Amino acid sequence: MSVLVKNILRAILFMLVQVFVLDKIVLHQMVTPYIYFLFVLWLPFKMSRAWLMIIAFVYGFILDSFQHNPGFHAAACVLIAYIRPFLVNIFIPQEGADTNFAEPSIKSMGGILPYAFFMTVLSLFHNAWLFLLEAWQFGNFWYFLFKTILSTVISILLIIITELIFVRKQKFRTNTV
Amino acid sequence: MRNIFIFLRHYSHLLLLLFLQAICIYFIVSYSKTHQAAFSNTMNNFTGKINGQYNKVEYYFNLSRTNDSLVKANEILYNKLRNNFNIPDSANKLVVDSVRIDSLIRYRKFNYLSAKVVSNSVSLQSNFIVITGENVKLFKKGMGVVGVNNDVVGVITEVDGDYAVVMSLLHKDNSKISGKLFKGTETGTIIWNGVQPNILSLTNIPKSAKVAKGDSIITSGYSAFFPKGILIGRVIDVKPETANNNFKITFKSAADFYNLEYVYAIQSIDAEPINNILEKNKAATN
Repeated sequence: MSVLVKNILRAILFMLVQVFVLDKIVLHQMVTPYIYFLFVLWLPFKMSRAWLMIIAFVYGFILDSFQHNPGFHAAACVLIAYIRPFLVNIFIPQEGADTNFAEPSIKSMGGILPYAFFMTVLSLFHNAWLFLLEAWQFGNFWYFLFKTILSTVISILLIIITELIFVRKQKFRTNTV
Repeated sequence: MRNIFIFLRHYSHLLLLLFLQAICIYFIVSYSKTHQAAFSNTMNNFTGKINGQYNKVEYYFNLSRTNDSLVKANEILYNKLRNNFNIPDSANKLVVDSVRIDSLIRYRKFNYLSAKVVSNSVSLQSNFIVITGENVKLFKKGMGVVGVNNDVVGVITEVDGDYAVVMSLLHKDNSKISGKLFKGTETGTIIWNGVQPNILSLTNIPKSAKVAKGDSIITSGYSAFFPKGILIGRVIDVKPETANNNFKITFKSAADFYNLEYVYAIQSIDAEPINNILEKNKAATN
């Protein structure tokens, strides 16, 4: 399957799961489960930062239009798309590893710990920015803080489940490309 | 000049980030103020179509519950039929008034138009319901929406194409419908604090009012969009507020927001003249 087709299928699948499964769940007022942004985290390494941000914006905007509240998710997605390349540079094990693999995964990040850090930091940024925009509109600080932390825990749990269910085969490519 | 271009090239990603964030924040601010415009018709129609497809599946799983609520609504209506009642005075007899001006149609103030719910949420801070159906052409911004058992659901905020967007009662800080105690004359505002779906509160009821657990809260009829006396919910908790002279009344909504399949939009015949007078007044005072 080509990279483009794979990512389009992924985008549709994550969006449908988010809109029709996770958004229908009422766990607790402090917890909003989010998984859809995993699409942005799984985009290929090779993609330039500008494209990452534009794709993330469009993707977030589509979720916003399902909820009839434009801006919130688009803003959060753009932020994590901007931060992602920095984190890839920090967590990638050796020089040039990002050219050996196609996209972020446990194998390409060189172990479960760097990958877990990568996911945690980005989920935290996504949720924090999203709830900050909401809190600035509707709530107070403590509410925002607890909601961010608890929702991030749930997000990470969902990411782990997704990783376990959908095992991604990562082909090693020589860095002579 | 050269330095400007170098600066632009160097910080192009940061500038793109700021630009996109600015767009998002503009959307957030402008949309929550006006509740329309920012969205194009195409986006609404696109999400409406996908929601419609999903609803076709979901609808089957809710058929029995929908059926039950319709049977209940029917029961209430049958019980209101005139031939269920005895006239106590035997000397009375039924006379059909033939004067045209007395006919029911002339005096009709509200008209119920049915619609099918295609998308609904309860888990967000600001929840919207999307409805569709053959009556959508007649819908207008600001019309009240009630559930199948004639209980308040929300207000239409946007109509385009085949879909209308309803702002649900579960809309933090924004859905300000006025409610009234059935047993008293006090009128207050209904707000949702975003905590628990189906649990709302009624504010601005003075401590002089007599409120008890289980009392009904109905629409006040002061706005042209809901007829007077439509059930909004039943009181589950009353507490005096310490800061002011009001009660803090918590109530459970009569409409079950988890489970909406059909709704009725209420077309108010008087809405237009009332609005015209209000606008004229506004223009005169400004």
